[in-house]
Amino acid sequence: MLAIDLTDVSKTYDDKVVVDRLSFRVAAGECFGLLGPNGAGKSTIARMILGMTSPDAGKITVLGVPVPARARLARRRIGVVPQFDNLDLEFTVRENLLVFGRYFGMSTREIEAVIPSLLEFARLESKAHARVSELSGGMKRRLTLARALINDPQLIVMDEPTTGLDPHARHLIWERLRSLLARGKTILLTTHFMEEAERLCDRLCVLERGRNIAEGRPHTLIDEQIGCQVIEIYGGNPHELDALIRPYAQRIEVSGETLFCYAPDPEQVRLQLRGRAGLRLLERPPNMEDVFLRLTGREMEK
Amino acid sequence: MGEGCATALPTNAWNWIAVWRRNYMAWKKVALASLLGNLADPLIYLFGLGFGLGIVVGRVDGTSYVAFLAGGMVATSAMTSATFETIYAAFARMHAQRTWEAILYTQLTLGDIVLGELAWAATKAFLAGTGITIVAGTLGYAAWPSILYALPVIALTGLAFASLAMVVTALAPSYDYFVFYQTLVVTPMLFLCGAVFPVAQLPEGFQQAAHFLPLAQAIDLIRPAMLGRPADSIGLHIGALSIYAVLPFFVSTALFRRRLMP
Repeated sequence: MLAIDLTDVSKTYDDKVVVDRLSFRVAAGECFGLLGPNGAGKSTIARMILGMTSPDAGKITVLGVPVPARARLARRRIGVVPQFDNLDLEFTVRENLLVFGRYFGMSTREIEAVIPSLLEFARLESKAHARVSELSGGMKRRLTLARALINDPQLIVMDEPTTGLDPHARHLIWERLRSLLARGKTILLTTHFMEEAERLCDRLCVLERGRNIAEGRPHTLIDEQIGCQVIEIYGGNPHELDALIRPYAQRIEVSGETLFCYAPDPEQVRLQLRGRAGLRLLERPPNMEDVFLRLTGREMEK
Repeated sequence: MGEGCATALPTNAWNWIAVWRRNYMAWKKVALASLLGNLADPLIYLFGLGFGLGIVVGRVDGTSYVAFLAGGMVATSAMTSATFETIYAAFARMHAQRTWEAILYTQLTLGDIVLGELAWAATKAFLAGTGITIVAGTLGYAAWPSILYALPVIALTGLAFASLAMVVTALAPSYDYFVFYQTLVVTPMLFLCGAVFPVAQLPEGFQQAAHFLPLAQAIDLIRPAMLGRPADSIGLHIGALSIYAVLPFFVSTALFRRRLMP
């Protein structure tokens, strides 16, 4: 069964094309990532899936329901973790869950029955009676995640779930998301964190200016797009080094003072650079960031 | 745009209650301070003006000035508390606090949210208006039991002013714009609608215009009830207040749809 089916969806704001004939499908139980820089249209797509914004063209089906026509029906089975926390600051952790459950038509008794397991999931058992304003950023995110689960959703839509969190808090969120996937939930997440996309997503779609420029499993994309070791070279004149190692590289990119060399045979490159003073070489396997930068261009847009 | 109407309208007769309960839960935490604040201001006016000016003014419309003023202050307090709740508190929940955004992610629609907010603002107006009614009645400036007829009118007045203010909330880019509504719409109504002196004191043209204002409709119902006199054209006044409550509701939800769901 498909959780999300987008076909040829477009959206224009004031003559600016934000989403451009975008299609993708998300299967039930899958973690699907929308990966793109700021302004690529990720949040707009998330809003369209929730029925908050209507597409100008194209068709959207979420959990078997046409959106936005019957979005309210779909939203009963969706949990949302928005980009900006919108918890009720004057309420306690427990009260936030209580109030939110009522929006789904749950009775106080029904909500109170699920609150303990939600608090346990969010690792907030000891904070049940703390005011939200007293929580750390990571705790607030976890509470937002717990709140999104109050209606036992099949699909969870997360817009930049770990933006602004420290690494510790981020890893805890990732671990919680994996446990949701293990329970069979479907997750759609938008992110500009390559590491997040690579770690969590079964499949992802790379967006640029609202267009789908690549789609697939992270490791398949990495193999297809890069397929060899990467050597990062710091120090030295990048253009001079470029000329020197070009015969041994599949591709070379310069970003600022750093040279990225995609080398099928890294030893050859090292050999060429041997004896040159002031250079620092870092050899590593390719990752999602390389794919992303290859597709969207490593130099900053002017 | 079928889906447009569906998001702008309430889904059913009870979904809005969840929004009302959220606001009630937040208010409970500060209930005492809020009640005192809402009551102190109109009571100070009632007794300050009533006894102070009352000495100069003498009797008005065949009653003491305090008793005349009481009906005006009850209606005015319903107007201001419903207005302030909507332009400041509801605006904050819609704008800075993103409370409405969170609610829109659930099965509720914009229509449910706006209806819940209006009902809540009307509740606060009812509390403030009823508080003053009870004080005035206890001190002998209003007549029992006809005073009770004023209570549903206070709630309806609150609903009408909340609904009007909701249009302003939907249009205002920031808090700074609310002062225009306060000084150009709300405050003039206090003087045009017979709250502090009889409308008959106004120039003829103003008298005619004032008849159409919602505060005048409210006072024409509340003052006779509090003075224990029969009121004229009850159906007409109730009908007018109902229109002020219903029409702006549809205008504001349409405006909110454009603002929040582009």
